[in-house]
Amino acid sequence: MKNKYSIFSLVKNAFSQHENWKQAWGNPEPKKEYDAVIVGGGGHGLATAYYLAKKHDMKNIAVLEKGWIGGGNTGRNTTIIRSNYLWDASAGLYDHALKIWENLSQELNYNIMFSQRGVMNLAHNLQDVRDLKRRTHANRLNGIDAVWLDTKQVKEFCPIINTSQDIRYPVLGGTLQRRAGTARHDAVAWGYARGADAMGVDIIQNCEVKGIKRNGDQVEGLETTKGFIKTKKIGVVAAGHSSVIANMAGLKLPLESKPLQALVSEPVKPIIDTVVMSNAVHAYVSQSDKGELVIGAGTDAYISYTQRGSHDVVEGTLKAILELYPIFSRMKMLRQWGGIVDICPDASPIISKTNIKGLYFNCGWGTGGFKATPGSGDLFAHTIANDEPHKLNAAFNLNRFVSGDLVDEHGAAAVAH
Amino acid sequence: MFIINCPYCGERDQSEFSCGGEAHIIRPKQPTELNDDQWAEYLFMRKNIKGVQFERWNHAHGCRKWFNLVRDTSNDKIHAVYKMGEKPPVI
Repeated sequence: MKNKYSIFSLVKNAFSQHENWKQAWGNPEPKKEYDAVIVGGGGHGLATAYYLAKKHDMKNIAVLEKGWIGGGNTGRNTTIIRSNYLWDASAGLYDHALKIWENLSQELNYNIMFSQRGVMNLAHNLQDVRDLKRRTHANRLNGIDAVWLDTKQVKEFCPIINTSQDIRYPVLGGTLQRRAGTARHDAVAWGYARGADAMGVDIIQNCEVKGIKRNGDQVEGLETTKGFIKTKKIGVVAAGHSSVIANMAGLKLPLESKPLQALVSEPVKPIIDTVVMSNAVHAYVSQSDKGELVIGAGTDAYISYTQRGSHDVVEGTLKAILELYPIFSRMKMLRQWGGIVDICPDASPIISKTNIKGLYFNCGWGTGGFKATPGSGDLFAHTIANDEPHKLNAAFNLNRFVSGDLVDEHGAAAVAH
Repeated sequence: MFIINCPYCGERDQSEFSCGGEAHIIRPKQPTELNDDQWAEYLFMRKNIKGVQFERWNHAHGCRKWFNLVRDTSNDKIHAVYKMGEKPPVI
């Protein structure tokens, strides 16, 4: 790494009032040709480029981003990281990511503020209790830490929760994954961008893809707002806009893009030191290091690319939050926003080749892609470099919608991911 | 959030409705004769358009009738409403 960050570089730069820090990544113009081009400069796309350069020795590659890096869903999610999924394929995928998260700050020499504060999933009815207990057992069999907590233990772990049995959806217990937690979303994009740039990857911002050129069944390059770029391998990591890019190549995907909303409150002193998710009432909450409550709402039930979402969705979530945490009743919400998430029929992602040679898709993360960022990048890089999936993402191929071998995490997972 | 002009009830808030997704996907007349690719195409593959899209909606908390909507998904602007079975307008 050119400019290693350390206590010494911090002290050295303090003498010049921190005005001489070098740019963490460059701002190059696109070359005429690359060995591979990644479309989408979010966390997943930048991680893909990073691992292509690091593990597969592909240095002549570019990441194209139509806006600024990390400005899409990477900057819009609620930063929750966990791996307590029910099915083996999902458990393998998400725990692979979690293991990379655990050492990522050191690897990138960039503080991504990974905090293993635990994620608790609440049960509000008997079916929830059965489902969550089953998931706890499944997790343990897959080597993923999980414990079942009864109502009293839930209260002890997070004292501000209202565990009265007289509320509409009383807390009957919950599961806890202690290795789970949160990370700083922007830092993840920036850390990967800096790491990729240091290995020679071109990160090209404000460059929108307008078309994909094919010669028969082989891709030949991309039409962009910065001209034509020749390449034999295109990895698309465009989240909510995956279908838009797919349509350019004449491909249809099993995706629907919908707004997913989140909101943050005014900052307050530390009040909740974990992440609490609740599937049945659809409310989840954590507290950022700045002190804001970070609250995740649900998706709107119609296709839209507006990055807004409807008020009634937020209203529903806040009703549930207030019943579970009466202490928040006077808090003011500061900001609300929407991100466009691409949802698969089975609510599992696609990390896959397509029937067009040289065209790869990493999409369908729906409402829960952030937690998988490092693992997704690693496995997608493997798939692009070898033209074959890694064994951990083999189940997440596009062909599963033809074969019927779905990874049906819908409703089986904790909250809507 | 937007207002939908239900062809039976008039203008109501979007939250009264539920969206049934892409319109005019024709159910295969002989499902047993389809191969897996064709069945996947019918069941799962969607255009998911950013722009003007034809879609089905149901007035779930109102008259509970189905109808079609032509809506621009990039700004949620509604261009046309028409009943089930009617010919889609040219936009």
